[in-house]
Amino acid sequence: MAKTKEDMLENTTSKIKLTASDYVIRGIGYVFITLFAIASIFPFLIILGSSFESEEMIISRGVTLIPRQFTTAAYELVIKGGTIWASYGLTIVMTLIGTGCGLFICSMTGYALQRRDFPYRNVISFFIYFTSLFQAGLAPYYLLMTQTYNLNNSYLAVLLPLMVSSWLIILMKNFAKSIPHELTESGKIDGAGDFRIFTSIMLPMLKPGLATVGLFLALGYWNEWYQSSLFLQNKDILPLQYRLYKIINEAQSLKNSVASQYVTVDSLPSESLKMATAMMTTGPIIFLYPFVQRYFIGGITVGAVKG
Amino acid sequence: MQNAAVRQKVINDRRPSAGKTLLRNRTLLLMCLPAVIYFIAFSYAPLPGIYVAFVNYNYRAGIFGSPFVGLKNFEFVAKSGKLWMLTKNTILFNLAFILLDNLLSVTVAILLKEIQSKMFRKVSQTMMFLPYFISQVLVGLLVFSLLNSDTGFLNVVLTKLGMEPLRLYKTGDPWPLIIILVHLWQKTGYNSVVYFAAIMGIDDSIIEASMIDGANGWQKIRHIILPSLRPTIVILLLFALGGIVKGDFGLFWNLVGRNPILFQKVDIIEMFVYRATVSDFNFSTASAVGLYQSLVGFVLVLTVNTIVKKIEPDYSLF
Repeated sequence: MAKTKEDMLENTTSKIKLTASDYVIRGIGYVFITLFAIASIFPFLIILGSSFESEEMIISRGVTLIPRQFTTAAYELVIKGGTIWASYGLTIVMTLIGTGCGLFICSMTGYALQRRDFPYRNVISFFIYFTSLFQAGLAPYYLLMTQTYNLNNSYLAVLLPLMVSSWLIILMKNFAKSIPHELTESGKIDGAGDFRIFTSIMLPMLKPGLATVGLFLALGYWNEWYQSSLFLQNKDILPLQYRLYKIINEAQSLKNSVASQYVTVDSLPSESLKMATAMMTTGPIIFLYPFVQRYFIGGITVGAVKG
Repeated sequence: MQNAAVRQKVINDRRPSAGKTLLRNRTLLLMCLPAVIYFIAFSYAPLPGIYVAFVNYNYRAGIFGSPFVGLKNFEFVAKSGKLWMLTKNTILFNLAFILLDNLLSVTVAILLKEIQSKMFRKVSQTMMFLPYFISQVLVGLLVFSLLNSDTGFLNVVLTKLGMEPLRLYKTGDPWPLIIILVHLWQKTGYNSVVYFAAIMGIDDSIIEASMIDGANGWQKIRHIILPSLRPTIVILLLFALGGIVKGDFGLFWNLVGRNPILFQKVDIIEMFVYRATVSDFNFSTASAVGLYQSLVGFVLVLTVNTIVKKIEPDYSLF
């Protein structure tokens, strides 16, 4: 049925005569979108190509799309360094624990806050929302984390702050709103408590919301470098992106100091090392995101700006 | 409508005592408890620490034992002209981001709609979405690999063409432009999704009717698509204006943050606060600048929300 309707629409469209300017705009569309799409992935191709290039070639002839002297030396060096797998383990564990706990907290709160029969919903919603309107700022936060909570050099300083955000709770609330209130009512009639209604009736219905919020959380944990740069400076095993951050900056400062002494840096393959580390720390995202991007799009259109 | 009012009145008339309400809703309250504790611990607990902006902070004495200096910390950054420079940079960058973001995202969304092949559209959208998923750390490396004067791709090409290499990491002048371009590169794929959804929501029959009436491609965009996007554009612009004193720290820091030659030209509030906190341990100055930013931001969001409430009540934040 739907298909025939679509066919009919297609027929009417094809009967309408397109003007010259339609073709011009369509042409511009194809050219512009193609160029933009290529520009979006081009820098990654440079990094990918250069990660398989020998250090000498990068130094003498620059970065490249296609390696002129193919080698996996940089990757071997990253792996031989030993701690990359530990970093992987750390990031995966933090992502799993953080996303799991965060999902539980956000969905539970989001569900409770959209219940029409919950008299405290406005007070608590405002209490949560206010935190995105006014913040103490970095310095008081830093002092609290390091001196009061003593979380300097603790992985908890990265795990905990990323777990919940007012935006994710609001997003979850909007997803929960779209589930008919009658389901909660029927649960009540059957004698289920509020928590039971949430776990047995709501959670299965909230799957799209859980996927969206969970993926935002997971992306946040995987790409985390900011909290790490504040609190994990002296750790041996670093989250992946902070590890990349350190390698980029240390290679840079090392190179600057060496260059000032007029010595060549052939012995330290810093350029290809950066490229290989970048590929290894970001690879999983590049492979996975095409399959999950629709959930992020869902988040943008459902969550948008509404409180 | 009337029914609801009557029901509300009935509920009001037999409102139970506060204790009973509390008890009856204990499960739902408990379900909110973890989140409430989280926000107390990480958002409300730092608030008293704002006091550090009004003292001359001394590590041993702690925030509340350090000597009170009133507004000295604010005066110090204001008089040196630093505060004005940071504010100006942050606002100008945001203005450029907001205007160009919207212009480019709307353009991309409109052109995407023109593309007939579903496959082509899907693939190109996926490609444009990639920059949204990567960390700002990697963005910094990507830009460095393209632009640095020794091994960067731009200079490889320029040298091949027989031109002089550009030493972009030796001067701050081109960086406002580079930062804006990188921002657009990273955010357009994501931002255009909202507009694309809005365009797909336009009733096809309106567009077809206009075409039967002989509207050409440009007239279609000008008189149907753009007007129907207007509410979305206005709301997004207004909310963006509410956040105009908040900078994109990750982008700036990873592109120019550790290079004093570069960041002098493009320093923003967040970078100053970060340096003052993490490198200089100058918590009092950092907090003074941070508090100034929070207060201005707070007033702006309230103003914007009042305006949105007037023109489009459905979209107001609270």
